[in-house]
Amino acid sequence: MLSVHQLTKCYATGDKALTNVSLEIPAGQVAALIGPSGAGKSTFIRCINRLVEPTSGKVFLGETELTKLNQRQLRRERRRMGMIFQEYALIDRLTVMENVLSGYLGYTGFWRSYFRRYPQDVVKKAFVLLERVGLEKFIDKRADALSGGQRQRVGIARALLQSPDILLVDEPTASLDPKTSRQIMRLIKELCIERKLAAIINIHDVQLAQLFADRIIGLRAGELVFDGLPDGLDADMLTRIYGEEDWNRSVQSDEESPESSKTKSNSHDIHSALKGTNV
Amino acid sequence: MPLRFLSDDKDLSQAQWKLRTTREQWLIWLGWLFGVSLFLLCWKVISDNTMWVFVQDAPQQGADLISRMWPPDWAYANLLWKALWDTINIATLGTVLGIMMAFPCAFLAARNTTPHPILRSFALLIIVSSRSINSLIWAMLLVTIIGPGILAGILAIALRSIGFIGKLLYEAIEEIHPTPVEAITATGASRMQVMSYAVLPQVMPAFAGISIYRWDINIRESTVLGLVGAGGIGLQLNAAINSLAWDRVSIIFILIFATVVVSEYISAKVRKAFI
Repeated sequence: MLSVHQLTKCYATGDKALTNVSLEIPAGQVAALIGPSGAGKSTFIRCINRLVEPTSGKVFLGETELTKLNQRQLRRERRRMGMIFQEYALIDRLTVMENVLSGYLGYTGFWRSYFRRYPQDVVKKAFVLLERVGLEKFIDKRADALSGGQRQRVGIARALLQSPDILLVDEPTASLDPKTSRQIMRLIKELCIERKLAAIINIHDVQLAQLFADRIIGLRAGELVFDGLPDGLDADMLTRIYGEEDWNRSVQSDEESPESSKTKSNSHDIHSALKGTNV
Repeated sequence: MPLRFLSDDKDLSQAQWKLRTTREQWLIWLGWLFGVSLFLLCWKVISDNTMWVFVQDAPQQGADLISRMWPPDWAYANLLWKALWDTINIATLGTVLGIMMAFPCAFLAARNTTPHPILRSFALLIIVSSRSINSLIWAMLLVTIIGPGILAGILAIALRSIGFIGKLLYEAIEEIHPTPVEAITATGASRMQVMSYAVLPQVMPAFAGISIYRWDINIRESTVLGLVGAGGIGLQLNAAINSLAWDRVSIIFILIFATVVVSEYISAKVRKAFI
């Protein structure tokens, strides 16, 4: 589905954000990208849809080599990549519906979109999506009238209206409370299964990543240092990704019973307490 | 170094802290001394060049002028409605014309929306030249070029407004949140679609506020354009002052004052509606 070869990004300031990162994401796989702040997670997903131009390396989406497209071709391919943001990145003064419909901009001309004349089947599709994410009562509300969790749901609906093959998700829960974070992550995961979407999710919260991702990728200082199943992420690996810290207090419960950790109600620390209130 | 150790062993319990170093303190004091001296010197020069005989009877002169202005020649107001209407039209049409030219200029001048740095400097040049010339001077130039009348007034107001609206609007464009722009770009939208979906809604309140504020200023400015023959109530004001008809001058002042109050009220309302 998505394959990345030797991706490197040097910013103009000389900072090397990514160094020779290579990986493949098969169709339908949800991969969590973890790593300390400044490890290059955001740069990585922005290099995929070229919001940030990679310095070298290749990115393939299916058969298409994204890294050699011209602007017009790139715009057409961006439609296949839905993006979800930390601060939701909605247009505050537009309504929920206008925000969702903006996911269709890549398919329509300027004047049609300027006068908000969208085809009826697209409007219907937007209704279905808004219902799916639970916002059918807020369609005509302005985006800035919504709470954080609701706003992120609008962001998700906008990304899905593109009919993407892959979701690029940048810190979807960093501005949300723990409960809403889990709901949003669960929603993204469910939608990926329903629609057979691949996803790369940048996330700070290791527990959420282990809970909802099929695969964990660890970046440190722009280099790939871990790539494996959520269960394979132990204290040693966390030290490799994030640096020295007493990881065992929070990882212990996973090590004891990796199979049942999702439903277990072991509350010797805050993270396992959270897991206890799961799904 | 505001932090000062009294002993060599960098012992914090023995340290002192002040906001500024002694040197900074002295420099600030000298700066004030220089500023105050300069002010007093200027005061002296201006005072030497003033003919105090004229200033001494200023209260009588002022009182005299007011007594000649009062009561206003109320009947004269009936001859002024046309001129007042012209003034409002000059201000409004001039503002509209200015907005139409300033809007694209602002998008070309803003660092984050300009298609090319050369276009950006060109747009900035337009904005700066428009701003550096007062509308009264624009009007003088235009009266010479296209003759006296309302058209010269409208164009003078429009030309002066480009710079004002263009500058404030392009600053507003540069201050938008970048993430919605990123998000709309990521959907595969074209440049123009990014402008209309991600940039325009974010600057709309600022744009409305700036435009209506400029209209408000233009109402005031267009009242004097008549002084140089560019139409409006200034023409009557000039004639009244020249013929020493102070009771007519006062009625013109009253009308201008009322118009400005009304425009102030309208602009406050509109700005509130656009947030």
